[in-house]
Amino acid sequence: MHQNVKKQSVLDLLEAWLPKIIMAPTTLAMIVCMYGFIAWTGALSFTKSRMLPQWDFVGFIQYEKLFANPRWDVAMSNLVVFGVLFIAISLLIGLVLAIFLDQKIRGEGAIRTIYLYPMAVSFVVTGTAWKWILNPGLGIEKMVRDLGFTDFEFRWLVDQEMAIYTIVIAAVWQSSGFVMAMFLAGLRSVDDSLIKAAQIDGASAWQSYWHVILPILRPVFFSAIVILSHIAIKSFDLVQALTGGGPGYASDLPANFMYTFAFNRAQMGIGAASAMVMLFGVLAILVPYLYSELRGSNRG
Amino acid sequence: MLNRSIAACFAAASLVALPVQASEVEVLHWWTSGGEAKSVASLKSSLEKRGVSWQDFAVAGGGGENAMTVLKSRAVSGNPPTAAQIKGPDIQEWGELGFLASIDDVAKKNNWDGVLPGVVSDVMKYQGKYVAAPVNVHRVNWLWANPEVFRKAGATIPTTWADFMVQAKKIQDAGYIALAHGGQAWQDNTVFEAVVLGVGGAEYYKKAFVELDMDALNSSTTDEVFKVFGELRQFIDANAPGRDWNVATSMVINGEAGMQIMGDWAKGEFAVAGKTVGTDFVCVAAPGTSDGFTFNVDSFAFFQQSDVNKQSAQKAMAEEILGTNFQEVFNLNKGSIPARLGMARAKFDTCAHDSMNAFVSTAQSGGLVPSFAHGMAVPGAVAGAITDVATNYFNSDTSAADGKAQLVAAIQAAM
Repeated sequence: MHQNVKKQSVLDLLEAWLPKIIMAPTTLAMIVCMYGFIAWTGALSFTKSRMLPQWDFVGFIQYEKLFANPRWDVAMSNLVVFGVLFIAISLLIGLVLAIFLDQKIRGEGAIRTIYLYPMAVSFVVTGTAWKWILNPGLGIEKMVRDLGFTDFEFRWLVDQEMAIYTIVIAAVWQSSGFVMAMFLAGLRSVDDSLIKAAQIDGASAWQSYWHVILPILRPVFFSAIVILSHIAIKSFDLVQALTGGGPGYASDLPANFMYTFAFNRAQMGIGAASAMVMLFGVLAILVPYLYSELRGSNRG
Repeated sequence: MLNRSIAACFAAASLVALPVQASEVEVLHWWTSGGEAKSVASLKSSLEKRGVSWQDFAVAGGGGENAMTVLKSRAVSGNPPTAAQIKGPDIQEWGELGFLASIDDVAKKNNWDGVLPGVVSDVMKYQGKYVAAPVNVHRVNWLWANPEVFRKAGATIPTTWADFMVQAKKIQDAGYIALAHGGQAWQDNTVFEAVVLGVGGAEYYKKAFVELDMDALNSSTTDEVFKVFGELRQFIDANAPGRDWNVATSMVINGEAGMQIMGDWAKGEFAVAGKTVGTDFVCVAAPGTSDGFTFNVDSFAFFQQSDVNKQSAQKAMAEEILGTNFQEVFNLNKGSIPARLGMARAKFDTCAHDSMNAFVSTAQSGGLVPSFAHGMAVPGAVAGAITDVATNYFNSDTSAADGKAQLVAAIQAAM
């Protein structure tokens, strides 16, 4: 009997600890490879590293050089422009498509799949395809000119001011389908009785959406914004494929800047500093948002 | 050390390390266009005749930036390739980090000091010992022209920048593209370099862009340089951004464009397309630079290897590179001239002869300058800063005065 109790407590112990044991390797990998490397990059941003890491600490010089670099200003302002436009337009298009698809139309499955397809291609493919479409001599401009409008111009891709908006176009094309899928799932989960109650109260379709259904979809907005903003910050391959950062460096994003300076220019110190500034910028925006949303949902 | 654990993570990820058999060299390079690939194939076959097999490791990207990135990750993870295409001040940087292997014994045996010009052999040595083998000498300040286009436009090949503007206008008015250009940062920088040498001369070039003297950079010559560079914007076509250099060369080959300012590797493209110099295309020094020679020496640097077989393969490769056979075959295909002096000239064409004569004469006159656009003159950080300013200037409507201010600020920040 004594034996039985002992065995049971070992099994109990194992049962209690099993989830933690299984999670341990992943947690360890994350702690080392994410937070450990973030700390390593942070340390590197205070050194004099050029081609390869060198541990001579020089204080904040790399940050000073970073903020004095005009290319960094361009990259940061591009990130703000791109991020805001990309997230806003993707949400809008995704929501509108989801609302239309929710009307119990015929062929919904096929249409839904078509809208979701762009998500399946990589950003490099998207960038390359849109580069051809937006090229003045090959794409839209040539096609419209061939149709007879010989003065038509659509030169955003090669225009310093407008190049960043071409990146918005390509990114929105890629991600709207995914946002649409998220909203569609959210819309489908709205309780029918709420909509009927709104109709009984005399609300028009527009009013029932605006006042009843969209507020219910707030968690979906939250998920969509988090996912879209991480795609926006991560955008490196799209820029490389679509514009190469050009013309000049007008469509550079911080990720491209960091890659160029850390690896191509043998200025790893500045590259590390730019990575840390990117991280802080992202945290400064996302952490308050996460906090307000999650605190709110805990209450409600 | 923390480096080691990072290296362990990288090494685990790069388990592509193939088991290397006896006498094999793994060579990293970025020679992927038509003429360039043929040239690499010639080295591969001559090595194979010696019993050394060649594992190719080509990373595309005209200026070599991507290849250098790959090289750094391989070196840090403790598995560098046997040889890599490294040139200029980068050889010194890699040497300082302790990665390079000395091939001085091969150099002494084959009298490299005797067959290489001083300006070239200095770059190949680290602390007095050879660590790299030069493959060729490129001249960067060339103007390639299609005589047919010029004839149809009633224009003549320009010899000064002022004349260039006039002739380019004629070509444009005749419906052709005056200057074929690829809108990539390194190409913008190559044209900028030709303008610097043509407008400022070799002395100004050396003071401002090699020694980075602030007085020279702040002088009125720099204003003039930017003014001329800015005037070139109107002569390229709207599709230029992002275009590769060899696609721009094909525009001249096909007769869509009149001229291209590019190094002599463009000649390889003409050769691959079956064009003959003199009739189908013409090579002249870039406007204003006929007494200047901007050199770009490609070389292979050798990395320390622990495997004895790889070391002997390295030495075989080094010996082969400076041998007369390889120097001739490679340079015939690549469009450059041999790094080795005193080679037989018979098989080389007139452009190469011009180049060889200019190389010797400018070495004496002081017109022989290292190319800053191709990583020969200044360290990577400064070269990158100059590139940023040049490409931003060319692609915007910045004024010449602002361009000069940006250049000075950028160079100071990068030093």
